[in-house]
Amino acid sequence: MPTQPSDMPRLAIRGIRKVYPSVVANDGIDLTVMPGEIHAVLGENGAGKSTLMKVIYGVIRPDEGEILWEGQPVTVSNPAQARALGIGMVFQHFSLFETLTVVQNVALSIPGKLELAALAKRIEEVSERYGLPVDPRRMVHALSVGERQRVEIIRCLLQNPRLLILDEPTSVLTPQAVRKLFETLRQLAAEGVSILYISHKLDEIQELCHKATVLRGGKVTGTCTPSEETPQTMARLMIGVDLPACCHGEPEDGGEVRLRIQGLSHATDDPFGTDLKDIHLEVRSGEIVGIAGVSGNGQQELLRAISGEEPLADKHAVELCGVPVGHLNPARRRGLGMCFVPEERLGRGAVPRLSLTENILLTAYRKGMLFAGLIRFGVAKRFAEECIKRFDVKCGGAHSEAKSLSGGNLQKFIVGREIMQEPKVLVLAQPTWGVDVGASSFIRQSVLDLRNSGSAVLVISEELEELFEICDRIQVIAKGSLSPSKVTSDTNVEEIGMWMSGLWPGAKTPEGASHVA
Amino acid sequence: MELSFISSILFATVVAGTPLIIVALGELVTEKSGVLNLGAEGIMSVGAVAAFATAHHTGSPLLGILAGMGAGMLMSLLFGISALTLMANQVASGLALSIFGVGLSAFIGKPYESIALASVTPIRIPLLNKIPLLGPSLFEQQGLVYFSWVLIAAVAWFLYRSRSGLVLRAVGESPVAAHSIGYGVVRIRYQAVLFGGAMAGIGGAFLSVFYTPMWVEGMVAGRGWIALSLVVFATWRPMRVMIGAYLFGGCMITQMFVQGSGARISIPAQFLSSLPYVATILVLVLISRNRSTIRINSPASLGQPFLPDA
Repeated sequence: MPTQPSDMPRLAIRGIRKVYPSVVANDGIDLTVMPGEIHAVLGENGAGKSTLMKVIYGVIRPDEGEILWEGQPVTVSNPAQARALGIGMVFQHFSLFETLTVVQNVALSIPGKLELAALAKRIEEVSERYGLPVDPRRMVHALSVGERQRVEIIRCLLQNPRLLILDEPTSVLTPQAVRKLFETLRQLAAEGVSILYISHKLDEIQELCHKATVLRGGKVTGTCTPSEETPQTMARLMIGVDLPACCHGEPEDGGEVRLRIQGLSHATDDPFGTDLKDIHLEVRSGEIVGIAGVSGNGQQELLRAISGEEPLADKHAVELCGVPVGHLNPARRRGLGMCFVPEERLGRGAVPRLSLTENILLTAYRKGMLFAGLIRFGVAKRFAEECIKRFDVKCGGAHSEAKSLSGGNLQKFIVGREIMQEPKVLVLAQPTWGVDVGASSFIRQSVLDLRNSGSAVLVISEELEELFEICDRIQVIAKGSLSPSKVTSDTNVEEIGMWMSGLWPGAKTPEGASHVA
Repeated sequence: MELSFISSILFATVVAGTPLIIVALGELVTEKSGVLNLGAEGIMSVGAVAAFATAHHTGSPLLGILAGMGAGMLMSLLFGISALTLMANQVASGLALSIFGVGLSAFIGKPYESIALASVTPIRIPLLNKIPLLGPSLFEQQGLVYFSWVLIAAVAWFLYRSRSGLVLRAVGESPVAAHSIGYGVVRIRYQAVLFGGAMAGIGGAFLSVFYTPMWVEGMVAGRGWIALSLVVFATWRPMRVMIGAYLFGGCMITQMFVQGSGARISIPAQFLSSLPYVATILVLVLISRNRSTIRINSPASLGQPFLPDA
C-alpha cells in the first residue's frame, strides 16, 4: 500500500449538510482523505454519495459545513474553482458532449486559448502514460462506454489533479476494463494522487481501496479498512440488515421452447443505434436465460424486436410457443402471453402522472378488468393492492402517482404487475438497475420463483453478477450479434467478459472487437 | 437585353435573400445554444418600424439600422426573461412574442404609413463591379448585403473555430453536462438570444429602410417564419442557410417576373406565389435527408428549459 510521509489530510470535510425540499441528502457528514489514499465512499442509491461529491466539486452548494483543502478552509463555489484547486471528477452519467470530438470535449474544461492540435498531442501523451488508449479526433457518439470513461479520466488527468473523484466508475465496464482501470488508479495513487471512489460494489472496494466511509440515509454509519472487513460486515453497515441470499432451486431441463428467435436481422433507424445481425435464441419453460453485454451493443434494439415495438418483416423471426409473432404489435404479443419489463421505469414501464391502479390497467387489463368496453376499477384496484402487498411496495396506496415512488419500489411494482399476469414468457431489461441492494435481491427472488413455476424468462442485463446469480444459461450480445449460449455453471466471469468484447469462438466481426470494450 | 435581364434577376435575388440570411443566422446562433425563439416575425416587425421611424426623423439610414438592432434586442430580452429566467415554455413564449410584435409594430407605425424614405445609394465596390454579368448584381449593392456575407463567415468561424463557439455548441448539446463542468448555461443562452434578436432587428430594418423603403403594416409578410424554417432545413449550417435564402429569393423574384411579364400562361397566380416556399423546402429537405448529419448538427437540448440544481 503506497503511503505518503505527510500527516496533513489532502481533503477534510466537516459537518456537511444539504437539504432538498423532500429529503435531507447529507446530514452532518465528515470525511478525511490523505495524500495517495484510495478512499471508498460506500452506500446504496439515495444514501447521499453523489450529492456529497457534487458538493466537493462545487456543483452544489451545501447548507452547512466546511471543507478543508490541504489544511486551509475553502469555499468551492463552482467546478472551475474546484479544478483550479486540483480536484477532478469523473461523473457517473458522463458529462461529455456527443456531437463534439474528444479533443473538443477536453478543451471545454481547460482554460485558455483554443489550440486543438497541441491539446491532441497532450491527450495522446497522457493516454500513453496511463494506459488509456483513445483517439482524440473521434466524435464522442462513436465511442464505446469504456472509451468515454477514458476520455473523462484523461480530461481530469490533464489538469494534474491532486484529488480524483470517481462516481460509480465500473457500472458500465467489462471485467477486463475494470482491471485496467484499477491499474491506472493504483498508479495514480502511487504518484500521490488521492482518490475518492464511490461505489456500492463491495468486492471492488475490498480489492482496491485503503479506507472506506459508509453512508446510509445521508449520514455516516461507519468508517473501516476494507481489507480487514468481510462483504457481510460492510453490507451490514451499508443497508443496516444482513443481505438475504437467493435460493435458486434446481434447473429442470426438457421444458418446451416458449420463445424462439431465429435468424433475426434488423437495421435500425437510429443513426447512433446498432443493427441486429442474425440472432438465434431459445428460451424454454422453467429456465432463465441471460443476455450479457456492454450497453449500446444492441440490447435496446433486441428488446424492441422481441416486444414488438419494432415490428419485423419476417414474422417467423420471433416465435412465441410455436406461433409466429414477428409482425405483431406489443399488445397482441402480450395477448398471447408475453410480458415485458422495460429498462426505463418512468415513461415506458409506467406513466409518471397516473396512479398505480391506472398503471396496472395499462398492461394487466386482460385479467378481467374490462366489461363491455368499460373499466372495472374495483378489479384493477384489488389487483394493485395485491401487487403492493405481495411485492412489498412502499407507497401511499393504490392511488399514489407512479412518480412518487422511489426507483426500487416502482421497479418492484412493475415486476410484480407483470409476474402476477402469470406470463408464459417474461422479458426483463436491467431489472435491478439503480435499485438498492435489498429490493434487488427481492426482485431476483421473485423472478426465480416465476421460473420455478414453469415460465420462461429472458433477462437482458449489464450486471454480470446478477446474471451469474439467477440465470441457467448466458449469452452475450456484442455489436448487434449474439454469442452461442453457455450453461452458467460451465462458464465464468472471465470468459463472459472476453465474449463481451465480441471475441467468442466463431465470431464474425473480430475487427470490431477493439472498440467494444 | 438578355444579359441585363439575367443580371437584374440576380440583383433582385440577392436583395430578397439578404434579410433572410441575417435573421436566419441570428436564429441559428440562438438555436445552437438550445433555445428555440419563434418570435422572429414579431422582432423583425418591431425592428422594421423602429428603424423606419428613426431613419425618417434623423435622415440617417445607419441610425435606422442601429435603432432596429436595439429594438430587436429589447424584444428578445422580453423573450429571454420569460423563457430563460421564468422558464416558461419556449414555444409558447416565442409565439406570443411574434403576435405581440406584429401588433405593436402596427400600432407604432400608424403615423408613418404612406411616407416614403429617400432611397439609399448603393455602395459600389471598385473593380469587382466591372465583372460582366455578376459585377453589377453582386457588387453594386447596399451595405447590409455585404454585411450579410461577412456575417456568414463570422458565424461559421465563431461556431467551428472559436472557443466561445465551442462552449455555445456544448451548452446546446447538453446543458446539464455544461453546467457540471462549470459553464453558466443561462448567461450563455441570454447572450445567444440577444444576438438573435439583434440580427432579427437588423433584418427588419433592411426591409423598411432599404428594400421598400417605406412602412406598411404587415410588411414583414412571413419572412420571419421563412427564416426560422431555413435554419431547420439548413440543418443548422451557415452555408446552407445562404443557399436556402438565395434559392427562396430567386424563386420569389422569378415568379414575380413571370407574373409581371404578362406572358400568356394559364397557371393561377396563387400557385406561382407558393412556388418559392415549396421549392426551398424541397431542395433543403433533399440536401439534408441524411439523419446522422441532422443528429450531429442539431442542438440536442433545443427547446428544453434548463434548471440548474444548486
